[in-house]
Amino acid sequence: MNNYWKFGLLMAAIVGTLAWLAIGGIVQTSTYYKTVKELNAMSDQGKEMRLRVGGDIAPNSISRDGRLVRFTLVQDDARINVVYDGIDPLPDTFKDGALALADGKLQNGTFHANKIQAKCASKYEQKPTTAKPVGAHTT
Amino acid sequence: MENIGSLAILLAFCFAVYSVLGSLAGKWARRPFLILSAERAVYCIWALLTTAAGILVYSLITGDFRLAYVASHSNRAMPAVYKFTSWWGGQEGSLLLWAWVLSSYSMVVVYQNRRKFRDMMPYVTSVLMGTLTFFLILIAFVAKPFNVIMAGKGIVDAGDGQGLNPLLQYWTMVIHPPMLYMGYVGFVVPFAFAMASLITRQPGEEWIRTTRRWTLVTWMFQTTGVLLGAGWAYAVLGWGGYWAWDPVENASLLPWITATAFLHSVMMQEKKGMMKVWNMVLVSATFFLCIFGTFLTRSGIVQSVHAFAQSSIGTYFVGFLAIGISGTVFLILSRLDFLKSEAQLESVLSRESSFLFNNLVLLASCFAVLWGTLFPVISEKLTGEKISVDAPFFNRIEVPIAMFLMLLTGVGPLIAWRRSSFESLKRSFMWPLAGGAFVAAGLAIFGVHNIYALISFMLCTFVTVTVAIEFFKGAGAIQTKDGGSLIGAMVALTHRNTRRYGGYLVHMGVVLMFVGFTGNAFNQNTTVEVAPDESFQLGRYELRAGALESGQNDNYTWRRLPIHASKDGQSIGTLVPENRLYIAERQPMSEVEIRRRLNEDLYVNFAGMSADGQKAVIQAYVFPLVSWIWIGYWVVLFGTIICLTPSKTRLIFPRTEVVGMAEKHARVED
Repeated sequence: MNNYWKFGLLMAAIVGTLAWLAIGGIVQTSTYYKTVKELNAMSDQGKEMRLRVGGDIAPNSISRDGRLVRFTLVQDDARINVVYDGIDPLPDTFKDGALALADGKLQNGTFHANKIQAKCASKYEQKPTTAKPVGAHTT
Repeated sequence: MENIGSLAILLAFCFAVYSVLGSLAGKWARRPFLILSAERAVYCIWALLTTAAGILVYSLITGDFRLAYVASHSNRAMPAVYKFTSWWGGQEGSLLLWAWVLSSYSMVVVYQNRRKFRDMMPYVTSVLMGTLTFFLILIAFVAKPFNVIMAGKGIVDAGDGQGLNPLLQYWTMVIHPPMLYMGYVGFVVPFAFAMASLITRQPGEEWIRTTRRWTLVTWMFQTTGVLLGAGWAYAVLGWGGYWAWDPVENASLLPWITATAFLHSVMMQEKKGMMKVWNMVLVSATFFLCIFGTFLTRSGIVQSVHAFAQSSIGTYFVGFLAIGISGTVFLILSRLDFLKSEAQLESVLSRESSFLFNNLVLLASCFAVLWGTLFPVISEKLTGEKISVDAPFFNRIEVPIAMFLMLLTGVGPLIAWRRSSFESLKRSFMWPLAGGAFVAAGLAIFGVHNIYALISFMLCTFVTVTVAIEFFKGAGAIQTKDGGSLIGAMVALTHRNTRRYGGYLVHMGVVLMFVGFTGNAFNQNTTVEVAPDESFQLGRYELRAGALESGQNDNYTWRRLPIHASKDGQSIGTLVPENRLYIAERQPMSEVEIRRRLNEDLYVNFAGMSADGQKAVIQAYVFPLVSWIWIGYWVVLFGTIICLTPSKTRLIFPRTEVVGMAEKHARVED
């Protein structure tokens, strides 16, 4: 019986540590998916949340201002202004009309993104690339 | 042409169904000829699928753009080798590859065991063919590789195709998908054997050895596939990383983890008759995770940069998984008496318990990866909010797990079976521990202060010393007995017990990979906009841009920027990163240039032109120790091949010893 206790305790310790690490990890890195409409409806409450929003890049909305890149995302008639201030250069696929995913935070109705993923609006199986791409392969 | 291909797939489907039903009916009605004909059907299926695949490849190479698949994955300008790899460049083709690889494996299994395991084979065949039937349903009725977009008579010229995604036009991509598929698909075979042994209540350990060998072979392919993917990400994607915890990467890692756990815990079953239920669970989990991984990449349920276009085939996978898992669970539960353990755990300090913890931790890591990958799906179901977790989540859990596993890698081989005492542990671990502490202290003095890196290097030294001690001790004994050189004695030692010493070599390879992973803690990078003749600094390197060159060929236009590099004032040559624009796909792509050295890689990426078009955007990185990951892989491969080589001395385990009258007639095999 003694042995069972020992094994049980050790296992509980290991699993407990890992669960603790996992919960901490989830709290720290959770990113909430939101639609553009939901973002517009959000007031100040979600300021600290890490958010991810997707939409089409409005034609002729991209403007560059030093390191900053400004553009507008459109999703079902809802629009939001995005400022990209990340470190990585934007992906090759980032252009007018492309589908883009932006990660960042909402401040005063403008979305401040630090990571952009973009996908060609091609009708074929074009896989997207990212600002920090992890690539496309066939598995 | 395409009609023959479609017909071949349809026929293969019929044959697979026949093979499943035939072998089961033959078994139940005791008709050996029916069983035999079901096995022959396996050969026919292989021939049919080879024909279908051959036609698809022929169409790709000759550029038959009437076919939808060819038009969207190939074009005229691509080099022939990439026209060939377009076979698995898209959904339909890669499913065909899946089916073809599975039929090839099945053929080998049926041929190898044509005189062995006669009572089990009908079930093995039916599990293999049942799985194949599922994939043939997909390619025969849902995702057809031979769809024609231009039908009708008199079409002479069919224009040009879309071409293969430029990211996939790279040499590792030629072998990465087939390797990964050989890994994924190969795990069907151990599963088939496990199920058959359950159904027939197979006595003895013969079948588990067959299963172990198959698992080892497929594990080798899976490892190769995963690392080729990592190498490709490193060399092609231009951000310098090799692993990003992307859902599809995770999907390939999950069955690898459970297979690794199985390869360890199966020793407990072979030597002690323990953990039988557990091994069944691991073999089944590996199989279902393979199917699940395929499902994850095809259905688009999680957002991934790898994922294929969303398609309807996800439902089919869910159905197959549901049926398969419930069947397996039922089978295991109904055979619990057959899977009873023959021994008890006696002590916390024992080899058994180290295996147990190894398995626990591997499974925990598998679960963590699965949880993180599916988190968006789970959270949406539970809270209505779609939440994703990022790479830091995975790193936070997996790094401590990996370190704990490293510790067990060192501890396991030295600790005694059944029970061990603190005294003997002290004796065995004094030198390895001293070595580890010495290296960590030395590094700390020379200015390494990253705590994870220090622990990692300490554990690496610890494992290295334990493995070295094992080799020297064994070789020393042989040398005293037979004479000869130390190297010769080590080769003889390895040959005597290939499984054990091959296993040590695999562990050494993993240690080398760890050294490479740890290098991550010391990465440096910078992004600059440079005009010709401007220079910038990165760590100890000074980099100066040369004159921009440009040109064009059939496939793409290119720009190159030579970068003259010098280190500590010494010139070390010129790196020429390239920026391409693929014409057919209208997609830009960067070709990085890497100066690979054992201590660190210098990595330069030409990311594009600045907004005003006057300056080039250059990303430069220094990645210490990355090369050791690839070196470690070769050691793992070498070790695995050693494991698969038969030993010179056949191992006789105590539990298979036969004594008394029966001894004369008994034959004990490895």
